[in-house]
Amino acid sequence: MTGKPSAKIDPKTVVAFVCGLLFGIGLAVSRMADPKKVLDFLDVGAIKTGGWDPTLAFVMGGALIVAAPAFWIVRRRGKPFLAPTHSIPTNRTLDKALITGAIMFGVGWGLVGFCPGPAVAALGLGGMKAWVFFVAMLGGMAAYDFMLKQRKSHTG
Amino acid sequence: MENFTPVAGTIGGLLIGASAALFVLLHGRVAGIAGILGGLVEDRSGEAGWRLAFVLGIVVGPLLVLAAGEFGPPIAIDASWPVLIAGGLLVGFGTRLGSGCTSGHGVCGIARLSPRSLLATFLFMEAGMATVFVVRHWIGG
Repeated sequence: MTGKPSAKIDPKTVVAFVCGLLFGIGLAVSRMADPKKVLDFLDVGAIKTGGWDPTLAFVMGGALIVAAPAFWIVRRRGKPFLAPTHSIPTNRTLDKALITGAIMFGVGWGLVGFCPGPAVAALGLGGMKAWVFFVAMLGGMAAYDFMLKQRKSHTG
Repeated sequence: MENFTPVAGTIGGLLIGASAALFVLLHGRVAGIAGILGGLVEDRSGEAGWRLAFVLGIVVGPLLVLAAGEFGPPIAIDASWPVLIAGGLLVGFGTRLGSGCTSGHGVCGIARLSPRSLLATFLFMEAGMATVFVVRHWIGG
């Protein structure tokens, strides 16, 4: 984004759009954009009645088979192919924020059946309800940023 | 198990993995949707273009599947309005506080065996399962 209108489009933007398309098609084909399908996976209480749907585990397995070698290559190479450096996280600390955040996310996920990717994918599919969830999710993200800023300004 | 669709699930998963693989191979970034959206909310200067393009792709992808007649039945969002809002707030806040979601921790993090992502994925899976158990079998049952 240079701010001025130009015929040139940043290749990173094109790559991001193609990756988004692949991601969205993957969510649709696997039906992970459907909250009911996700909740049927999380419903381990239905195992004994035969109503459990393990599909999500196959989605994650399929994704990991392809993603794992790519991360290995970039880390071994030290840099990606179209950028000077990579931004793969290096933090290895298991802190309270990680634990609290993951649990809060899991509760919200279990209440509705949407995590961030599918919540975006559903915007063109799920009508008003998908948009309400999406806006609330962005609100939660904004609330986190606000909290972080407040905390920073207090601790100086 | 009548709704179990392992073949479509695996094919969809391979596509999601291809997206994450392509993004890290070419640009060295984690395809974590919470992180991509969070960066837009936070408004980091100069980073909005590719983030919006990624998000737009995720919206358009399923519409292409729909247009091709391959989507199947419409999605079902059963949660009530207050639960939708509460769930959205928790997912938004929680994924930012915990530095990731199902794609960032669950796919990209586990793909590189990050201990943080392994723990986060275990916790959000457990919390999600516990929540569904309470909602469907205690309150609903």
